[in-house]
Amino acid sequence: MDSFVSAFAEAGALLVSFDPDFLSIVGLSLRVSLTAVALACLIGFPLGALVALTRFPGRGVAILLLNTFMGLPPVVVGLIVFLVLSRAGPLGVLGLLFTPTAMIIAQTILVTPIVAALTRQIVADLWVEYGEHLRSLDAGPVTTLATLITDARYSLATVVLAGFGRAIAEVGAVMIVGGNIDHVTRVMTSAIALETSKGNLSTALGLGIVLLFLALTVNAAVQIINTSAGKRAALA
Amino acid sequence: MVARLTRLFLAPAMLAALLAPSPALPADNDRTLLLGTTTSVDNSGLLGPLLGAFHDETGIEVRTVVRGTGAILQLGRSGDFDVVLVHHPEAEEAFVAGGDGTARHPVMTSRFLIVGPRDDPADVRSAADAADALGRIANGKFDFISRGDESGTNAAERGLWGRAGLSPWTDRTGWYRETGAGMGATLNMASVLSAYTFTESGSWTNFANRGELTILFEGGSHLANPYAIIPINPERHPHVAAQAAKSLVDWLTGPVGQSFIAAFRVDGTPPFAPVR
Amino acid sequence: MSGPASILPLRAHRLAFEAGGTRLLDDVSFILPAGRRTVLLGPNGAGKSLLLRLCHGLLKPSSGEVRWAIEGRRSARRQAMVFQQPVMLRRSAVGNITHALAAHDVPRADRLTRANAALALAGLSHVARRPARVLSGGEQQRLALARAWATEPEILFLDEPTASLDPAATRAVETLIEGFHAADTKIVMATHDLGQARRIADDILFLHKGRLLEATDAAAFFEKPQTKEGRAFIAGELLW
Repeated sequence: MDSFVSAFAEAGALLVSFDPDFLSIVGLSLRVSLTAVALACLIGFPLGALVALTRFPGRGVAILLLNTFMGLPPVVVGLIVFLVLSRAGPLGVLGLLFTPTAMIIAQTILVTPIVAALTRQIVADLWVEYGEHLRSLDAGPVTTLATLITDARYSLATVVLAGFGRAIAEVGAVMIVGGNIDHVTRVMTSAIALETSKGNLSTALGLGIVLLFLALTVNAAVQIINTSAGKRAALA
Repeated sequence: MVARLTRLFLAPAMLAALLAPSPALPADNDRTLLLGTTTSVDNSGLLGPLLGAFHDETGIEVRTVVRGTGAILQLGRSGDFDVVLVHHPEAEEAFVAGGDGTARHPVMTSRFLIVGPRDDPADVRSAADAADALGRIANGKFDFISRGDESGTNAAERGLWGRAGLSPWTDRTGWYRETGAGMGATLNMASVLSAYTFTESGSWTNFANRGELTILFEGGSHLANPYAIIPINPERHPHVAAQAAKSLVDWLTGPVGQSFIAAFRVDGTPPFAPVR
Repeated sequence: MSGPASILPLRAHRLAFEAGGTRLLDDVSFILPAGRRTVLLGPNGAGKSLLLRLCHGLLKPSSGEVRWAIEGRRSARRQAMVFQQPVMLRRSAVGNITHALAAHDVPRADRLTRANAALALAGLSHVARRPARVLSGGEQQRLALARAWATEPEILFLDEPTASLDPAATRAVETLIEGFHAADTKIVMATHDLGQARRIADDILFLHKGRLLEATDAAAFFEKPQTKEGRAFIAGELLW
């Protein structure tokens, strides 16, 4: 109970202190996870839409894999990326292990199936509604894809959010491929793990509360954008 | 429509470009050094000021990745570090003999400790030596938490069980538990369960969540915990920053590094002793 | 509205369509010339919607073929279709039309002018900026017609466009259909509404249980149907 109370005090102190170390950790967390989510969307939106709209042999298997990979354990992704990026691995010459780039790669792999699988579902549902009209217009594949992704934008915003939530909260992958190097690859979750291992439970919980607060802020921002845009345009 | 599509896909791309990290490690090999070391060293809080002083003096930035000794040596073998600082003499000698490291340079020692609940039901306090202390815990089947992660501390603990003629990890009655995690996680568990565990002074002095735990047995020849630094062999891994690694070895084993280690205190006690 | 060469007439030759082992359309052949308004008439389940989709190319026949005077993309781009439930994109009314024009590669500079003209024709100028999906059912169907109008089709397929509308909205839609006809767009409409068929049709294709029973001049059909199913339908006795 004591540590719970002191954790909130610690979290409050961290938030108002603008401690440069703390801010650099938060900054790196955001940079890594936002970049990973951006890349995941870049791959996942068109991939999901493509699987939703095209028929090819093995499509059922592809959907099954996408849905399964939504639940990829971060440590497994971390381990695989680690093995690939290690000096002994196939991409070892790039020297990317224990860098933020490695963390971005791992989180991108983690988030892309989530974005792709959810996009597939959303685009498939919208296709049921739009399909005959778009085909009647003789719309080409690019127009079709762009129309569906544009018109699903509010649903897709929640997909981005789901991906971001997954990325910012995971520790397994960033810990393994980033190495939790102070000022270089230390993010909020790996800092929490470190403080826990030092027995500094209230500092760890304080960081955890800050992380929650951050997630809350991002969620609230998206929700506000969504509802105001939705109300104004009723396009959703 | 193509324009819209481009815009749609370009937005995250531009964001990605904006946020993309600058290449961190490879370019300036001589100004940054990647050090693999163990939780015990890191948890003590020694590394921050020590490597900070080294940086001030040489301009070389040292980045540390923390794992158990076994994992660190494995990563060193694949060339993922420039230099390693670990504590498992036999494994270190094999590492150097196998050509993975250039040479083993002793840096400092810490002390292994047996910690447990204040009331000490196994009466470890009055044990004759470390092996006897472990034997008393095993006899009464009192809860004991082991790291079980092939770290240096874990290797030393197993060595002591061997001296006591015991191999409790084969015992299925449940008093001996392996966390498979770092020293911190193991100490946290021991604290919650008021169980015995095997740790060393570097981790222990800086561990905040002690609960009922206290030091019950220390000292004796078998509880010395020697640390050594080993540069990764540049003949096997040409990309390593061999020059910077040599600078770190010279500095740590030289007068400045050694006196820094000697002067380091946590709550008034020195967790490490220099080798000279 | 047609280009230098017309895609019409449309020739349907021995069309058949099967789904799940059931033959839903069987051996349907006809020719649709330019100019005259053709109404596909028949009870629910006769295969009217199916036949429209086969003609428009949304479905592929199990056997037989649909042939245009000009084949390929040029023919596809000169057709339009309006559905019973209008498909409204999640955009403004005018955005729905400019989207269709963009899909037809109309230069960006011309889209808004053409879209606004189409909206004006459909009496929707005052809701141009409103999201299409909050418009009333009648307004949505008029928007769908305006959207089709803007793409300047040579032939317009309509699948029961007024089946979910009240009488006033139905009249407005029928007026717009007249507008297409006056602009020389070939009208092909499916309906089960006898009154509507009488108001609109020049020619009748009477379908029953997947077969084309009568293909004739509308006046002749209503005067004297050649089949007992046709007679029963006109008498209001043939429900399916």
